Amino acid sequence: MYAHPFSYHRAKSLREATELLQQLGEESRVIAGGQSLIPLMKMRLARPSALIDINFIPGLSEIKNENGELRFGALARHTDIETSEHVAAIPILHDCAAGIADVQVRNQGTIGGSLAEADPSGDWGATLLTLETSVVCAGPQGERTVKLEEFFKDAYTTVLGREELVREVVVKKPPRNTGGAYLAFKRSAPVYATASAAVQLTLDDKNTCKDIRIVLGCVGLTAIRAKQAETELRNKRIDEQSIKRAADAAREAAEPQSDMRGSADYKRTLVKALVKRAIAIAVRRARGEQVEAGHEYVGR
Amino acid sequence: MSGAERINVRVRVNGERREALVEPRTLLVDFLRENLNLTGTHIGCDTTYCGACTVLLNGRTVKSCTLFAPMADGGEITTVEGLSTNGTLHPVQHAFAECHGLQCGYCTPGLLLSTLHLLNENAKPTEKQIRKAIAGNTCRCTGYQNILKAIRMAAGEMGKR
Repeated sequence: MYAHPFSYHRAKSLREATELLQQLGEESRVIAGGQSLIPLMKMRLARPSALIDINFIPGLSEIKNENGELRFGALARHTDIETSEHVAAIPILHDCAAGIADVQVRNQGTIGGSLAEADPSGDWGATLLTLETSVVCAGPQGERTVKLEEFFKDAYTTVLGREELVREVVVKKPPRNTGGAYLAFKRSAPVYATASAAVQLTLDDKNTCKDIRIVLGCVGLTAIRAKQAETELRNKRIDEQSIKRAADAAREAAEPQSDMRGSADYKRTLVKALVKRAIAIAVRRARGEQVEAGHEYVGR
Repeated sequence: MSGAERINVRVRVNGERREALVEPRTLLVDFLRENLNLTGTHIGCDTTYCGACTVLLNGRTVKSCTLFAPMADGGEITTVEGLSTNGTLHPVQHAFAECHGLQCGYCTPGLLLSTLHLLNENAKPTEKQIRKAIAGNTCRCTGYQNILKAIRMAAGEMGKR
């Protein structure tokens, strides 16, 4: 399958990329890893007249650990994140990076591209919304930093202006006694998940939840923060009953559509189960246990 | 295609410098097959699913149906044609033949490269790591058991070298 013809422009710097966006106008698009954009172009669901390739910009894929923050260059590939020693300290990031699609896609796809694409079924949105995350956007007027909560506007829509692109994704390291987990259920490795749940929580003694964020993926136009579910646990003892109440509230917060991946009702049930398990794993990790978690599919 | 913009793409494939003038929308897999006549890399689903088109780009596997050729410019590519040396099969190829890790063979070039990538990164993979490494390669014939066997054998053979 062939994409509609386009002109190809290779940016050597971020400045050149924003200048090209200005010059080439409305129908131009930035391409990073291309793992979402190229399939869309091949299916002719996207037909930009010009592509600005940012893969040749030096220094844009670094992962830095400084001043209590992890800073991901826009071109950090999912594989780079999966194997980064800095990321090991925040297990939920590893859960997400290590299970996106398959090895080949992880080798090419980027964190910046994933956020800019804002696919409702993307993995990074749900995961990063459980953390203090901000997005550094570069444009012709310079840079601005946007909180991730404000970055996503709608399905496939972000606050990025026509002439802006993502330069960096900044994640604040969580406090002590914090644990998290990202669980995504999919029918096979290469496909998007049917539903996913991201949980990040902080304990103040062994049983009380000081703070918590619960975010649902694939079951709405954007990732959904399940605030009522969080309220069921914040400043409360974490036990079987309170986890069940939170999972029930998460089920209600989901806004799934019936499609080839499952009925809306099936997805709600899945959300409930994933949230329940993600909370349990997050608690164990907050207590310092090593627990495996991530994407689940047949044949794993 | 006449009149459309064309750009020169230069790569090193299996150790050899190659180049061709192509439309920017040319997919890497078509660049390899049509422009460079390296037809060992297959097109399966053409939708980023099956992994039949897997090649190594700068040491990492990619699905060559999901990359525009100009994005690979200046890169180092390994395709299935680059695995054997002077008619001697690579240990990964030998193991797939020995264990009958294929039936129709259509998915095999991709699986060989995914296996090579795995073993380059991790000489002694666990069963779980092997399964994860080939999760992006679909085989409609074998049921995967002999493929897993072949990868275990290849790991053993490459470990001896």
